[in-house]
Amino acid sequence: MIGFEPKIIGFLCNWCSYEGADAAGRARKAYPAGLRVVRVMCSGRVDSQFILEAFKEGADGVMILGCHPGDCHYKEGNLQMLKRYVILKRVLSQFGIEEDRLKLDWISAGEGDKFVKIVCEMTERMRQLGPLPR
Amino acid sequence: MSKRITIDPITRLGGHGKIDIFLDDKSDVERVYFQVPELRGFEKFCEGRAAEEMPTLTQKICGVCPTAHHTASSKALDDLFGVEPPPAARKLRELMYNAFMFENHLLHFYFLGGPDFIVGPMAPRAKRNIFGVIDKVGVEMGKKVIDIRKRIRGVNALVSGSALYPVCGLPGGVSKAITEEDRAEIQNVTKDAVEFAKLTLNIFDDVVLNHKGSAKWLTSDVFCHRTYYMGLVDDHDRVNFYDGDIRVVDPNGKEFVKFEAKDYLKHLEERVEPWSYQKILYLKNIGWKGFIDGQDSGVYRVAPLARLNASEGMATPLAQAEYEMMFHALGGKPVHNTLAYHWARLIEVLYAAERMDELARDGEITSPKIRNLPNQTPKEGVGVCEAPRGTLFHHYESDEKAIVEKLNLLVATQNNAAAICMSIEKAARTAIKGGSISDGRLNVVEMAFRAYDPCLACATHCLPGKMPTMVHVYDRKKNR
Amino acid sequence: MTEKPKIALYWCSSCGGCEESVIDLAEDLLTVAAAVDIVFWPVALDFKYKDVVAMNDGEITATLINGAIRTGEQEHMAKIMRKKSKLLIAHGSCAHLGGVVGLANFYQREDLLSRLYQEVPTTNNPQGILPQHETIESGRKIKLPDIHDTVKALDQVVEVDYYIPGCPPTPELIKEAMMMVLENRLPPRGTVLAGKKALCDTCPRIDSKPDKLRIKKFKRIYETEWDPEKCFLDEGIICLGPATRGGCNARCINANMPCRGCFGPTDNVRDQGAKSSSFLASIIDVTDKEALKKTADSIPDPGGLFYRYGLASSILKGKLTPKSS
Repeated sequence: MIGFEPKIIGFLCNWCSYEGADAAGRARKAYPAGLRVVRVMCSGRVDSQFILEAFKEGADGVMILGCHPGDCHYKEGNLQMLKRYVILKRVLSQFGIEEDRLKLDWISAGEGDKFVKIVCEMTERMRQLGPLPR
Repeated sequence: MSKRITIDPITRLGGHGKIDIFLDDKSDVERVYFQVPELRGFEKFCEGRAAEEMPTLTQKICGVCPTAHHTASSKALDDLFGVEPPPAARKLRELMYNAFMFENHLLHFYFLGGPDFIVGPMAPRAKRNIFGVIDKVGVEMGKKVIDIRKRIRGVNALVSGSALYPVCGLPGGVSKAITEEDRAEIQNVTKDAVEFAKLTLNIFDDVVLNHKGSAKWLTSDVFCHRTYYMGLVDDHDRVNFYDGDIRVVDPNGKEFVKFEAKDYLKHLEERVEPWSYQKILYLKNIGWKGFIDGQDSGVYRVAPLARLNASEGMATPLAQAEYEMMFHALGGKPVHNTLAYHWARLIEVLYAAERMDELARDGEITSPKIRNLPNQTPKEGVGVCEAPRGTLFHHYESDEKAIVEKLNLLVATQNNAAAICMSIEKAARTAIKGGSISDGRLNVVEMAFRAYDPCLACATHCLPGKMPTMVHVYDRKKNR
Repeated sequence: MTEKPKIALYWCSSCGGCEESVIDLAEDLLTVAAAVDIVFWPVALDFKYKDVVAMNDGEITATLINGAIRTGEQEHMAKIMRKKSKLLIAHGSCAHLGGVVGLANFYQREDLLSRLYQEVPTTNNPQGILPQHETIESGRKIKLPDIHDTVKALDQVVEVDYYIPGCPPTPELIKEAMMMVLENRLPPRGTVLAGKKALCDTCPRIDSKPDKLRIKKFKRIYETEWDPEKCFLDEGIICLGPATRGGCNARCINANMPCRGCFGPTDNVRDQGAKSSSFLASIIDVTDKEALKKTADSIPDPGGLFYRYGLASSILKGKLTPKSS
């Protein structure tokens, strides 16, 4: 799609991924402007209803970025999210939302580069998929 | 410019309906349209669902006859998974089924179609209902009606989980066994149910058969159509609601064909008209000749009168005696008078009560062995039973993970679609002459309809529609 | 002498089960009928539309509407009943949440038509005729009612004062709602007139539920037998009790079958399906990606299961499809 700039909602955990995004910012790295960040205390706090709401309100893609397994500030909030994510992806596809429109990944506080790479990849994939019909 | 009379909504039946009557210049009936403004789409939205959910999902087609859908669906699952229920499960299903038929037919007689007779078709409309019925038969009898219905619903809740929507159906059996205490309790109810059925037939004798006005309606040509008849029969060709082969007799009462449920596609076909959302079923091997009755037309009828016409008798003694009495009184088999549906329905009430009673006395129904687990890969299954309003088919195809890929549902009322149209129009032509119209006369048109106890919720599990009852006035030699 | 309160009952895209549940009030129906004046009830009484249209605005004390909204006619009637009634009560799952018929929102209206008229094996339709919105017949226009693209719950077309949940609602709940109206002791507007807590709280098997549920695979009810005394989830069978409002007397559980969610979500949940998928995720006891995918795949048709009664009123309301211009 020409001229289509995907809107992406990113739920970033306070302890790792948000720090990682900050690190990318401090290092002056450029990444697509279509990402809107929502800071949450833990990726495990991301209720499935938030994700559906994001899609309903105009997001073309939704990302949840948490701490690496084993690093969760609350022991296993990120693993709870992982389990939720695997089931929710199946539900979303029945709603006509391609599985790639929802992404869960792990970013530590020091992984600014990885953060940028993931945002770029996600944006590119959303460009390929085009806007989510509503 | 023709004048139009509208009856909207058609009342005292299960579902939405509307009748439009167009009058010609002489104010006689020119054309009647029967409209069902509904859309639901079960055939499509059940695709992709898990097969084991079908009994509880498809029963939401109809809240008046959910047990019929639940049963046809459970049997389609037996077939889909290639598994036979153990004897106790089969008997529990049949017990539940007869309890449901008993209750459902009574609902029709006392609440929906019966008031036309009991209170009278020309009675003030504020009286043509259950409350009017109670006034007429007396509060004591009214309480009995309500009480027996409640207790039978209790039996259904006990066996199947819910008085209204059973939830016990599984491929190869049922989910819940019953205890000896349960069985004793059920016997108490079934014993009284038999007595109540007899009582109801007596009331029918009093208010209809021994009442000149009503009896005239019963045998009137206004409500008469010579058609084929279809119903489930056991291996002695007796009426059975739960299981058997499908038997069709011709307008002279001769067996035309007998087939198994799985072969339904060889015998039944539906047509689509651009002006109607309702599909019309007919006998495939005779073909569609239009809205006409007789030997050469594929129009057939189902439900109580059709079941009695299509069988050689009832499997229980009291019902058999009534069966013989009815055919004797109405001039032998088959009976073509549509209003005899009401009588046949009450004979079925008696049969259902007797059959329930037999099953409740059968010690085997308390066996804990109520399920056989499937051990083959599911692919395709057909289930059939006799719903209160006629033969009901469920047909599923699934993938190897038992996710439903395709469904076809032939619903009881749809079998009667053509006949219902013909009956409404015939009644309208008779009742409305020279523009003389009254509430009572219009109700006579609705009576043609209520005799079938049509369930429009079922008929429109598919789509909304207008059903012109006869599209052209034609002569007898020509098909439309 | 004061006038009796006027009550009306009406159905939209429904199956008649909610009407049956009113008739199941049995002797209580006579009590209620004696205390009120039933002015419109197509399934049981002979009053017609014109009788309702002739009434004054607000003349009816309370109207119970069951069924979802699928056609223009249903929406029109809902609006008329709203105007004529002081209180409008959504009666049963379909009016409350869209109900089972809301599952049609996973498909396009055209899919429903082509399946029914062109594809099913009994249909003899070589020309592939589809019913037309308008046919001209001997100079007469025959119109078919306009069918909306999607199924809606009642409160998506008119304001609703109260909700009686369930498929079907229990006669006890209907009676209690009627008594609340008659005795003028209604809770705040918008209340769902049933239990406040999840079904698990009133489940007869609650004591068999372990502190921590741990599931590696979800079993299908056709392939397994289960202990009729034990928590379904502990047996590995999906039961929607934790995400479903109580008040149904645990009918299905008592018949030894798991909950399928007909009472809808509890007050603090917006989307029953999302919550169902979350709580099931929380009891899965594997975190290895491959194994996890296998466990998730052991849930058949998650969308159809979790949104069985609430698709039309869920956050997404149905399958997202490009708007036809």
